[in-house]
Amino acid sequence: MKKLTSAPYILWMAVFIIVPLLMVAYFAFTNDTGEFTLDNLAAVSQYSNIFIRSIWLAAISTVICLIIAYPLAIILARTDKSYQSTVLMIVMLPMWMNFLLRTYAWMTLLGNNGLINGFLGIFGIAPKRMLNTQGAIVLGMVYNYLPYMILPLYTVIEKIDKRIIEAAQDLGCNSAMTMLKVIVPLSMPGIMSGITMVFVPAISTFIISRMLGGGSNLLIGDLIEMQFLGNSYNPNLGAAISLVLMVIILLIMTILNQFDDDEDRVLM
Amino acid sequence: MKKIVLLLLTITASMYICSCAHIDDEETDTGVTSVTVEDSDYYTRFKNDGLSINVYNWGEYIPDGSEEGTLNLNDEFTRLTGIRVNYTTYATNEELYAKLKGGGATYDVVIPSDYMISRMIKEDMLEPLDFTQIPNYKNIMDKFQVTEYDPDTMYSVPYTWGTVGIIYDTTAVDETEIDWDILWNEKYADSVLMFDNPRDAFAIAENMLGFSLNTENTDELRKAAEKLKEQKKIVQAYVMDEIFDKMGAGEAVLAPYYAGDAITLMDDFEHIGFVIPKSGTNLFIDAMCIPRGCRNKEAAEMYINFMCEADSAKAVSDFIGYSTPNQKAYEMLEDEVKNDGISYPDDDFIAEKTTIFRNLSDEANLTMQTLWTEMKSSEEQTPNRVIVPAFMTVCIIASLVILIRRYIKKKKDIF
Amino acid sequence: MKKLSKLYLALVMLFLYVPIFVLIVFSFNVTKSRSVFSGFTFDWYIKLFHNELIMKSFLNTVIVAVIASVASTVLGTAAAIGINNMKKLPRSIIMQGTNIPIVNPEIVMGVSMMLLFVFFAARMNFEFGFVTLIIAHITFDVPYVILSIMPKFRQMTPNVYEAAQDLGCNPVSAFFKVILPEIMPGVVSGFLMAFTFSLDDFVVSYFTSGTTQTLPITIYSMTRRKVSPEINALSTIIFVVVVAVLVIKNIIERRNAVKRGVK
Repeated sequence: MKKLTSAPYILWMAVFIIVPLLMVAYFAFTNDTGEFTLDNLAAVSQYSNIFIRSIWLAAISTVICLIIAYPLAIILARTDKSYQSTVLMIVMLPMWMNFLLRTYAWMTLLGNNGLINGFLGIFGIAPKRMLNTQGAIVLGMVYNYLPYMILPLYTVIEKIDKRIIEAAQDLGCNSAMTMLKVIVPLSMPGIMSGITMVFVPAISTFIISRMLGGGSNLLIGDLIEMQFLGNSYNPNLGAAISLVLMVIILLIMTILNQFDDDEDRVLM
Repeated sequence: MKKIVLLLLTITASMYICSCAHIDDEETDTGVTSVTVEDSDYYTRFKNDGLSINVYNWGEYIPDGSEEGTLNLNDEFTRLTGIRVNYTTYATNEELYAKLKGGGATYDVVIPSDYMISRMIKEDMLEPLDFTQIPNYKNIMDKFQVTEYDPDTMYSVPYTWGTVGIIYDTTAVDETEIDWDILWNEKYADSVLMFDNPRDAFAIAENMLGFSLNTENTDELRKAAEKLKEQKKIVQAYVMDEIFDKMGAGEAVLAPYYAGDAITLMDDFEHIGFVIPKSGTNLFIDAMCIPRGCRNKEAAEMYINFMCEADSAKAVSDFIGYSTPNQKAYEMLEDEVKNDGISYPDDDFIAEKTTIFRNLSDEANLTMQTLWTEMKSSEEQTPNRVIVPAFMTVCIIASLVILIRRYIKKKKDIF
Repeated sequence: MKKLSKLYLALVMLFLYVPIFVLIVFSFNVTKSRSVFSGFTFDWYIKLFHNELIMKSFLNTVIVAVIASVASTVLGTAAAIGINNMKKLPRSIIMQGTNIPIVNPEIVMGVSMMLLFVFFAARMNFEFGFVTLIIAHITFDVPYVILSIMPKFRQMTPNVYEAAQDLGCNPVSAFFKVILPEIMPGVVSGFLMAFTFSLDDFVVSYFTSGTTQTLPITIYSMTRRKVSPEINALSTIIFVVVVAVLVIKNIIERRNAVKRGVK
């Protein structure tokens, strides 16, 4: 009887998740008159440089996020319990701002006449082109998705039993060894879910590249958006690109999953 | 806690109060502040029906009351007719086309440009208009009543027109003769903005290469795309209405754009200049149409008629700076505007040097689209192509190693 | 070491907060300039409150978020109970399915739902708007609700449900009296998560909203046109509200913790 309570949900997901994904597949394999074709998928290969760029920029951002977030997570986990939650809240707070506004903030900072260049100007450094570059896109990704890396890392590291660390030290590990042999392996699930949660939105974004990349650094997301609501209407091609994107992400996630033997992953 | 809420409430309330006061003592500027209509009975038909229409227009393309002393035309329409206007905006013709074609939304009034109107007519995306419901159509100048894009004058009512030129920063650009090739000048590397839609961008390249702006020849289109690709390294960004901000703030010094917006910019900023290149340019006409599937055709026609009122057209022209096809509104304009050399170029120039876009064949459209995406996605500073495959290989090897180690471990555990 | 970590924390905070701080400062600027501060004014806030488009899209956003989060909480709670009672295999299949909307890129989700809605819109004569928006939002909200409730079942004392029934409760009242209180924290946090995700969503809404404007969509179109400092004023207000909500939430949690400590 009680199993039935999940029936509406299963039905809902079937209709609004599975069916739409099947429709994407259907569109990807048909042309505009509805005949079967492989042309769309073949056409995707001509945009391989966009795919490479997206994977590349998303990977860089993910790595930077990891590098910034890992020490931060450790610091947070070691903070005095009485104000740990407050510090965590302060770190997470920017995430609650609308991400368009956060990205917009960087637009105003990075411009040729923006504040950063103004600041550099005080020291006599000539304005540097920062907006509309790939660097700006990476910056935008790191800024927007950093909290997604911090949170799972913090959750995992915070749960590590202090006694294990002490035991490691008693057994003669120095702090670097403890880090390498105990903390990092134990925080692996957090690292993996952090990587997924940063990489997936980063590879598929179109807002960040549009606002900070000046329209000349297209990413996969831009390409898909262009085919559906943008300058080159072609939903079949768009569906094919989406399909390829999903396959890429699935592939990467499978690889990542291999590093991680814990079945129950911490997603949030 | 309660105190905080109370405090917030007081602050909001006081904001409302001071803002009201603010409006009361506002001095009215010259210019149209209300619309006097010719036949007010016409507008009262749906007064109490609680209708609403979806209007889809270009960004920055209607007086919206955002500057002091200007009126909000949509509000004015609602006040007059009781029909609410759900107003949304797009940035390019192609976006409008995608939104209509994709079926993601229903609109009652849209305002595409000439070539897009032809395309939509051809693909049966527009509803024929009932001109008896648009009495003010008589205000439209004769020369705009017969058009190539809508040969039978069945589907469209002109809203504005204009030309494309080059907006430049007078403090940074010292050339006296400015023509399209300045957009390729490496001196201005990283300070050039470019159209973010294929048709306008290709037109510039075609102009420089001496091709027709309506060429359907694949070779010529390819050459134009090459030209655009060449320009890419000095282009700061591909944008549309973002130019207002970027040119105004001095972020960029050169941008091809529509004459009307150039006038708006020049009004706001002293350092902005504008030229219509001597070598020729595109002349565009944006016209109001009703797309298929509209819910309220009569209300939509009422809106179109309202926009053809002399006062409305004048207000539009004043506010957005574009040239008006409305005879009565034109007569009301000050001579200064009529003779500024930008809004209303002389007839000889229009006849000899300007071209109106025509809709291209499906193949040519597709070619242009593909070339455009290709151009936008190309880059000179290619990321190291080895890195991604290398990265993937490392991942796979690492995962294999882990798998094998795990397997060995398991075996050990058994023994 | 301690000092070093404090410095690091400060640097990260700087990185996170400087952009927001700059947005806030320039919301009080007299001119539209975003790099030169030339004088203090409240004008942009006043303009913002008189900007019908923004006010209306704010209202739309709240309506959609409330309906979607309530619906997804109900749907998700029911689903979680059902899933919890399933055998291992169907359960893991369903949980895999639940992960799809979380792992799938937002843009693919938006696009796929748009295709579905277009398909139905063409055949059933309905329009994109509130309905499609709410359906889309429920779809990406429910998994978060389920994921925040599921762990609570694991912490639950086993067999209380049966015990309640043995003591004379019918299944429904047993649910409300025994199970619901136990999983309540999960339900609440799931609801809050769903609500904030809905409020903040841009990508999926962008593809499924038709002519209905939600606040993120309006913000997006604002950044693509002539930029007005109203957008800064809006950011400031959102920021202040977020800070207020989080502070209040923290205070309440602290109080509860203290109470529990007293017990």
